[in-house]
Amino acid sequence: MAGFKLGRDSERARDAVQDTSQSQGDFGEESLTASRRGFLGGAGLAALGLATGGALPLLGDTAEAAPLNLPPALPQGVRQNAILDALPGKKPLIKLSYRPPNYETPIEYFRTAITPTDAFFVRYHLSDIPEIDPKTWKIDVGGEGAAGTLQIGLDDLKAMPAVEVVAVNQCSGNRRGLFDPHVPGVEWGYGAMGCARWKGARLKDVLAKAGIKKEAIEVVLSGADGPPFDKTPDFIKSIPVWKAMEDTTLIAYEMNGAPLPHLNGAPARIIVPGWTGTYWMKHINSIKAVTTPDKNFWMAGAYRIPLGKFPLVARFVSQETAVNTPITEMVVNSLISSHADGAKVKSGTPVGGIAWDGGYGIQTVEMSFDGGKSWMPAKLGEDLGRYAFRTFSLPVKGKGKITVMARATNAIGQTQTAKLIHNPPGYHHNVIQSVSLTVA
Amino acid sequence: MRTVAIAALVAAFAVPAFAEEKPVELKKAPGLDKVEANCAACHSLDYVLMNSPYPNAALWDAEVNKMIKIYGAPIEDADAKAIKDYLAKNYGS
Repeated sequence: MAGFKLGRDSERARDAVQDTSQSQGDFGEESLTASRRGFLGGAGLAALGLATGGALPLLGDTAEAAPLNLPPALPQGVRQNAILDALPGKKPLIKLSYRPPNYETPIEYFRTAITPTDAFFVRYHLSDIPEIDPKTWKIDVGGEGAAGTLQIGLDDLKAMPAVEVVAVNQCSGNRRGLFDPHVPGVEWGYGAMGCARWKGARLKDVLAKAGIKKEAIEVVLSGADGPPFDKTPDFIKSIPVWKAMEDTTLIAYEMNGAPLPHLNGAPARIIVPGWTGTYWMKHINSIKAVTTPDKNFWMAGAYRIPLGKFPLVARFVSQETAVNTPITEMVVNSLISSHADGAKVKSGTPVGGIAWDGGYGIQTVEMSFDGGKSWMPAKLGEDLGRYAFRTFSLPVKGKGKITVMARATNAIGQTQTAKLIHNPPGYHHNVIQSVSLTVA
Repeated sequence: MRTVAIAALVAAFAVPAFAEEKPVELKKAPGLDKVEANCAACHSLDYVLMNSPYPNAALWDAEVNKMIKIYGAPIEDADAKAIKDYLAKNYGS
């Protein structure tokens, strides 16, 4: 056990490769162009490289003072200080903090079911993020809930049966910055999420090599990143054995058809489809089956939600207390991404975005063009699986200034909340969004 | 001495892998030196900016206490008080 560094981190980031085979959702080119203008204005847009259709100009590493059009509900300190900044290998993203790096994806990248890898958000808890040589990198597999121990490297993982899954990776605290009243933490807007096609070996196949005992109740996950100071709890997470054994829970080494970028967890990370990003351990280097609940700070003291407040199905029973429970699956949610708040559109222009949930699948998305008085079903885009973003759109109706809303419902009847379910850590924000548009 | 120790720690460990971190300038006011010497050892100071100005003094107290008690930040009592006062006065509600 000695020898490998206990570090980790976590929530995750993601990327997605520009996949031209993915549709642009259901938005026509005209609406895309118009809305891109609406989003950032001419200069900002040019800075992002979107106005000209994709390729980013070489701007250097930052594009400061770009008009970010951040939500008014964010803390003033975010609105005044967030900037567009490019991490290595990434497009300019919205920088909330440099160290550890917390960068969110601008809304305009959420018009497709797959999020481009180079626009995929980056989230770390702790700032010691080592370079890793994939040739010598190994995962230690064992724990008292396993019959044996082993070490596996990248070639070993790739030699195992490969599985691909398209899945949303969303930070538990996505939209925390929109909480009213505000709660402390990374003050995310809408972009601490992304959806990618992940490829890797099944976690259960790796556990089977070590031999998992029937007394095992949790699988403890740790990565190579860690705190800059040894008194700070290293980022370590566990998942229940039943979730670890699901066919789509992976040790992924590819994202959108290419090796994982360093900032999204290379050489390999855990993929837990349906569950929030906190469990998607990056730079994974230790996997232990255990027979008692893991008590480390990041399980016992963080990432917990009050019992009974959210309509969730998946439970993490071994970690529940009388008052709270670990966050598990994502709540059903949607985002209007075709147009920025305040944009001008022509009547009949497709307006829409993406919807997702904790893995039951999106059943319907309804839209309202009159501030919630009347609702109509939107047209859903391509189905990339129950863990993926699902695009939706509807031609806009009305005249003058209107309020557009979207409300997603999943296959088990869960829908978005009209009123924020406030909780101290600022998780699970799925309030129905309102966007103001002016229809000509 | 503690400040010196933390500064050494920053030099030794806190170099970000991505390098492009730019100085985050907070308001010049009494206590800023303690904030820079202690808080910045583990995280960039934009954490303060994004979490402002909504916290009241009690919330800033709780945040600094969390950094010490939960995250193990080695901040001496006098420095902790100076940091709390600075944050409440300059980045509080």
